[in-house]
Amino acid sequence: MAVDSDRRPWNLRESYLFDRRAIAEIQRAAREGIYDIRGFGAKRRLPHFDDLLFLGASISRYPLEGYRERCATDVVLGTRFAKKPLELKIPVTIAGMSFGALSAPAKEALGRGATEVGTSTTTGDGGMTDEEREHSATLVYQLLPSRYGMNPDDLRRADAIEVVVGQGAKPGGGGMLLGHKISDRVAEMRDLPKGIDQRSASRHPDWTGPDDLEIKIQELREITDWEKPIFVKVGATRTYYDVQLAVKAGADVIVVDGMQGGTAATQDVFIEHVGIPTLPATRIAADALQELGLHRQVQLVVSGGIRSGADVAKALALGADAVSIGTAALVAMGDNSPELDDEYRELGSAAGYYDDYQAGLDPAGISTQDDELAARFDPVLGGRRVANYLRVLTLETQTLARACGKSHVLNLEPEDLVALTVEAAAMAKVPLAGTDWIPGVVR
Amino acid sequence: MTAAVMAPEAAAVEVVDLETTSLRELNQRLHDLSRTPGPRAWRIVNANGAHAVVCGLDAEVEVEIEGHVGYYCAGMNKRAQVRVHGNASTGVAENMMSGLVVVDGNVSQSAGASGHGGMLVVRGDASARCGISMKGVDIVVGGSVGHMSAFMAQTGALVVCGDAGEALGDSIYEARLYVRGRVTSLGADCVEKELREEHVAQLRSLLEAAGVDAEPSDFRRYGSARQLYNFRVDNAGAY
Repeated sequence: MAVDSDRRPWNLRESYLFDRRAIAEIQRAAREGIYDIRGFGAKRRLPHFDDLLFLGASISRYPLEGYRERCATDVVLGTRFAKKPLELKIPVTIAGMSFGALSAPAKEALGRGATEVGTSTTTGDGGMTDEEREHSATLVYQLLPSRYGMNPDDLRRADAIEVVVGQGAKPGGGGMLLGHKISDRVAEMRDLPKGIDQRSASRHPDWTGPDDLEIKIQELREITDWEKPIFVKVGATRTYYDVQLAVKAGADVIVVDGMQGGTAATQDVFIEHVGIPTLPATRIAADALQELGLHRQVQLVVSGGIRSGADVAKALALGADAVSIGTAALVAMGDNSPELDDEYRELGSAAGYYDDYQAGLDPAGISTQDDELAARFDPVLGGRRVANYLRVLTLETQTLARACGKSHVLNLEPEDLVALTVEAAAMAKVPLAGTDWIPGVVR
Repeated sequence: MTAAVMAPEAAAVEVVDLETTSLRELNQRLHDLSRTPGPRAWRIVNANGAHAVVCGLDAEVEVEIEGHVGYYCAGMNKRAQVRVHGNASTGVAENMMSGLVVVDGNVSQSAGASGHGGMLVVRGDASARCGISMKGVDIVVGGSVGHMSAFMAQTGALVVCGDAGEALGDSIYEARLYVRGRVTSLGADCVEKELREEHVAQLRSLLEAAGVDAEPSDFRRYGSARQLYNFRVDNAGAY
């Protein structure tokens, strides 16, 4: 009998609807009686920057010499109202990830890596640690609905403030740090007993809606004497309206996190079924700023599934001023390393698949609060790897920008792009490759 | 220090008129007091509902505000004693760290939200979500509080001399709630608890500090049943 590569007879037919994964999940749900909570980001196939290509130079466009002519990468965030905007050397920043979700050495490594290449890192739900502040030359402090650890001293020693309305992995959802990740230190920082599940609210406790947000931003500016740039971060959903409302509320910088954005602990059903991909969100956000005449005056930071310099360059070409990375930074530090495959398999996973950040059992010592596991992680080496990775992202971005004839990576533009698929063409509003057709755009 | 002693000497008081001085200038002068010497007693007139009045203070000063204030008055307060001779809008003393904030009138939503320390006293009523996500602040309300007060309250105490609206203490952690009047309903995982001697003593201390004349034994205590501290699917109906 003929068999396939998995040695199953060809006459067996797997259901498209009830495939092996769907069947396994039904069986798991029936067995455990609780939804699947996990980390990482969306794993389903989604339209993404892979579906775009750069056109490169030609007779009508000339390139820059790769190893001779300068292609600048600096970016300034927060030029609208803040007295002290962030001056970054590269357009790639580190996204907010909490101490609690991540170990203290992992947070330190992110700060070290970002600082080495002249960019910023970001706190998370749980507040600012001294190690993080010490090792981060430029640190963005998140104001989250939970307000865990929030205090005016940290607001003032931050370099920017990010009001988090939502995140791409779970727009409209709060958070949950499970009890087994609540160490003494995490409990103390969050003013809660050790060992209990710590819920992070989905709404801010003292404002609702754009009019309130405007007053909240005014308060934050007053407390910090109008020095700090104010970011507003939204999960990508109604992106056009969210961007315009955040601008109206007075934001200096808008952060749009697409649905591929990572998380430490969220229901799988939420990760895979809420929000819109980063690709359309980027274009929508840039268009919303352009309509207001504020593109490049209110800076746009995009996150959610950034892996390579190609992703960075395409996001910038669609109108972002910078991108932010989370999952990729964890991978750079050693998350999902093949060297740990045996240990991942003992946990029921495997290198390349591990997503149980909520469990606190990470053999890489990154998404854990277990002292022994965390001690495995070397923050100096981790920081070096983050810096190396950020340098590669930057070099790749420059390579593509030079090929398009740009002396600054922010000079990349939609005209440099074409799409490989009809859906990507419609979402990015660039022509389908080989045609002048942009679905939905009447010329 | 109790609320009753907040009466700075008239001769030493720095008076700021918000009709002629910008909010930015007022707040900057007050913030500078954390680094440089200056007046320790202030009187703000013509507040006229301005937002973010005297927020972010970090100095041992006494500030009296004449008139009503808008959102986030005395937000994130540290050490300062602030008294509002009027009403206050949303988020008065939000995330306060220490010191004392007194409002003679009524306050709107989210009074004392996520406060970490110090004391907030409201002589009148407080609207919805009073003490939401409180993290150590003590709040004393002379009148009643609206619905969802002390939602997800972590630590600290909320004292309500009047009534409490629907879903008091929903998803509460370790905060202590004391209510003298009627409670419309309790939120998820919030239950009435025995008022023991230690609670009477705490209540007496809080009432005295707030300058409120009330008998501690007239109050009832509420707190967490601690049944929802760790997620169990059997409790799904409670969420």
